[in-house]
Amino acid sequence: MSAARVGVVTFPGTLDDQDAARAVRLAGAEAVPLWHADHDLKGVDAVFLPGGFSYGDYLRCGAISRFSPLMTELIPAAQAGLPVLGTCNGFQILCEAHLLPGALTRNEGLHYICRDQRIRVESTRTAWTADFADGQEIVLPIKHGEGRYVADAATLAALEGEGRVVFRYAGGNPNGSLNDIAGITNEAGNIVGLMPHPEHAVEDLTGAPSVDGRGFFTSILKRLVNA
Amino acid sequence: MARVIVDVMLKPEILDPQGQAIARALPRLGFSGVSGVRQGKRFELELDGPADEAALSDVRKMAETLLANTVIEDFSIRVEE
Repeated sequence: MSAARVGVVTFPGTLDDQDAARAVRLAGAEAVPLWHADHDLKGVDAVFLPGGFSYGDYLRCGAISRFSPLMTELIPAAQAGLPVLGTCNGFQILCEAHLLPGALTRNEGLHYICRDQRIRVESTRTAWTADFADGQEIVLPIKHGEGRYVADAATLAALEGEGRVVFRYAGGNPNGSLNDIAGITNEAGNIVGLMPHPEHAVEDLTGAPSVDGRGFFTSILKRLVNA
Repeated sequence: MARVIVDVMLKPEILDPQGQAIARALPRLGFSGVSGVRQGKRFELELDGPADEAALSDVRKMAETLLANTVIEDFSIRVEE
């Protein structure tokens, strides 16, 4: 059987694509580079939207990347069920593209935060979290200036009521995010966005605070193999 | 030829930490009497033609699509005389 193929998107200003590709390979999948200016998903089985500062965060984080040629292919594919994970700037892009509800705004304390953060897994029903346990606490790096999740009251109630809050900050809310939300999913559970960085927590060698990030990649691989 | 101004502001219910920081800085600089600051964005669009109804309708679409994220922001459009 050939390895699952996970696309990793690079925009101008993306920073974490190499770490993401490495994490994909460590999990045993093939990492397929996807270029923002191509109308081509290269037939991948899943897509990772990595963090960074695409288009320099001009206008709003993710606001310009969201209209890139690659995204015009990715948006309908994701709506049709293609598994997509967006971390940090990738999460911001997913919200700007309306693949996930709400928005990420300036951190409450204005500081750019770079630290290891405890996160509680609130849902294992998504394509990217099946390998975790409900309520499990994991530690992942966070590094962002605009990670405060906001949504209107009706959207928040729907997210909570439908179990679509996938991750919550534990041991203190770093950015003022509503309901301590660190990550969410869509109705179908194939699209997940979160501010923390699983791709930076897959190897002891790099000084990562944990290897908890591996669970994202083993989850999606199992899903693809069993699909 | 016309210039159209699009002002984009965070919705009133959305926290504006930048505005708050500015508001806190004012008294330190000796300015008093300001009870709150909200920070927004101003876009100046130079149109090729007149700011007629069709052009303004297009500007509205631009604002909804790109200039503002209507999940968190409101916008207003006006023609500069």
